[in-house]
Amino acid sequence: MKVEFDYTRSLGPVLSQFMSALKQHSILGGVTSDGRVVVPPPEYDPITHAAVTELVPVSDHGVVQSWSWVAEPVAQQPLEKPFAFAQILLDGADAPLLHAVAVDSPAEISTGLRVRVVWAEDPTGTIRDIAHFEPAGDGSSEGSASMEFGAPEVTGIVSPVKLAYDYAASPEETKFFRGLAEGKIFGQRCPKCEKVYVPPRGACPVDGIPTTDEVELPDRGTVTTYCVVNVPFQGQTIPIPYVSAYVLLDGADIAFLHLILDIDAADVRMGMRVEAVWKPREEWTTDLNNIRYFKPTGEPDADFETYKHHL
Amino acid sequence: MGKVPAAVIGVGQTHHRAVREDVSIAGLLREAVDRALLDAGLTFDDIDAVVVGKAPDLFEGVMMPELYLADALGAAGKPLLRVHTAGSVGGSTAIVAASLVQSGVHERVLTVAFEKQSESNAMWALSIPVPFIMPVHAGAGGYFAPHVRSYIRRSGAPSHIGAMVAAKDRQNALKNPYAHLKNEGTTVESVLASTMLWDPIRYDETCPSSDGACALVIASEDAVAKSGIKNPAWIHSTQMRSEPTTAAERDQVNPAAGRAASAALYKQAGITNPLEEIDCAEIYVPFSWFEPMWIENLGFMPEGEGWKLTEAGETAIGGKLPINMSGGVLSSNPIGASGMLRFGEAALQVMGEAGEHQVDGARKALGHAYGGGSQFFAMWLVGADKPSN
Repeated sequence: MKVEFDYTRSLGPVLSQFMSALKQHSILGGVTSDGRVVVPPPEYDPITHAAVTELVPVSDHGVVQSWSWVAEPVAQQPLEKPFAFAQILLDGADAPLLHAVAVDSPAEISTGLRVRVVWAEDPTGTIRDIAHFEPAGDGSSEGSASMEFGAPEVTGIVSPVKLAYDYAASPEETKFFRGLAEGKIFGQRCPKCEKVYVPPRGACPVDGIPTTDEVELPDRGTVTTYCVVNVPFQGQTIPIPYVSAYVLLDGADIAFLHLILDIDAADVRMGMRVEAVWKPREEWTTDLNNIRYFKPTGEPDADFETYKHHL
Repeated sequence: MGKVPAAVIGVGQTHHRAVREDVSIAGLLREAVDRALLDAGLTFDDIDAVVVGKAPDLFEGVMMPELYLADALGAAGKPLLRVHTAGSVGGSTAIVAASLVQSGVHERVLTVAFEKQSESNAMWALSIPVPFIMPVHAGAGGYFAPHVRSYIRRSGAPSHIGAMVAAKDRQNALKNPYAHLKNEGTTVESVLASTMLWDPIRYDETCPSSDGACALVIASEDAVAKSGIKNPAWIHSTQMRSEPTTAAERDQVNPAAGRAASAALYKQAGITNPLEEIDCAEIYVPFSWFEPMWIENLGFMPEGEGWKLTEAGETAIGGKLPINMSGGVLSSNPIGASGMLRFGEAALQVMGEAGEHQVDGARKALGHAYGGGSQFFAMWLVGADKPSN
């Protein structure tokens, strides 16, 4: 399963200046109330908690204070070959910056090593404008270019977030999904309250005990309630407008959400009797999508009294 | 040892907007925090602990934002707690802060809740497909619309009640300088004419997506005395309840957890007739029909009759029970902060500091929030008088 989104992050006055300066190959530190220069600049003073307003350029040369070797870099790290993450005290700063140092082996880095910035080829106004650091010999910076603190050029960044993970179905869900692959719908009954749950959960949410008794349910039931979705949104997979309905299968004590088709959305009713329309058998997988949708059976509507306690 | 009486002595909030590109998340919080501290006449040095709340991290894509926010909230060297109960979090965060004072652990606690919805898209974040399940989910509106339909069916409420709530709250918002939506021409007719989004919920019956924050300073009886604040909002009672999102025959229209929480809230505060004894309420109404639904759930009216209070105009300012004088969630919805805004606006009413949307003579006010699939409830009752319990 993959979840991803490009977050749009507004930076605020301090980090806007910092990112704008990076785009011009300059590094800014923030001056805190105790006179220290901190890189990246904090938005708020750690002692007085007031907004940090004084920013000063620092050198793009510095010295390694501490480091750790990354033998197997992963995606999105600053370097694709093995490298060191290091705390680097830039000349003119009083607190270190964490960044990557490109050396070929752990033998080539040590505390006290002088390093310098390698700037990215295409400036983006993000921390990645510092591609990485490299050993600088005894060199020192010629001094950072003087900065004009006008309206910052960069006021926001895009922060892509990607999550990929495997979904582990519980034993009860596994039984349910494997049943679907054979065109069957399995629920489970709580031995105490005798309510039938579909999909089965393994434990009754009311009694807190395992729901061990298996029940095969028919693929027809009653629409308890529903809405008509008319609003488009990112990630939507069903064309709008569509009817998202709670379907209470005959013999079940809880409804689940599914799609209603083969009827005009305006004609769908609470209490309407519906039956599953399955995909062709050769397309069945362990997925509730095997049921393409539910359609009206043509039976008379269920009496409100028969399902009102399911609302 | 009994409970220490506690009160709200400072309230602060941002001007809620669709997008606040000029500030970071930390900067947004600080606007509310700085206003709350100023209101209380305190500085960060006076604060013993900080309690922060927000809705799901997926809304901004910052995992555990409280870690990054510690500096900006002046929390270094102090306890910093983060609370999370989905949409009710603003309320439950305030209750956790209040309990730290009522228990005698701390004298002055700063609490703040926020959402910067413009950094992502809540509709997307609330509609992540679940593996193997039919992808019919469509955000919070898609979740709640079927239950609104159930309410209308069960109560027999006329179809314009939702529009009445929306028109009232948008008019109230015009009196609140911090409100996000300022839709001057909103009437019952214009709401009924707006686009149907999640039938039966229309566009104008839906909350906006906002960037915003709310902060409160809660102080013990001794700290109130030392503060010199003469009009604190005394906390008479607080309650939280939870229940499963789904369970067989669970009542989604009038959830048991909300009924239990409000009954306990009134009992704790010595209230026997809430409609007569409570002067006004700020309740969590993200979709207009939840006003009559929660009027019943909160025990102000019998089941099936909440809409009658709305229809009679009794929930407008000047009515028997004004509801959402600030414009409510329907006019400003920084999700994580929305519950604390309800709690803070209730406090402002009994402090007599609600400005143009003040209810004359308000002495007791309810703040309410709910979250998840109507499964988390948080509420408090604040009063102008020190509680006798």
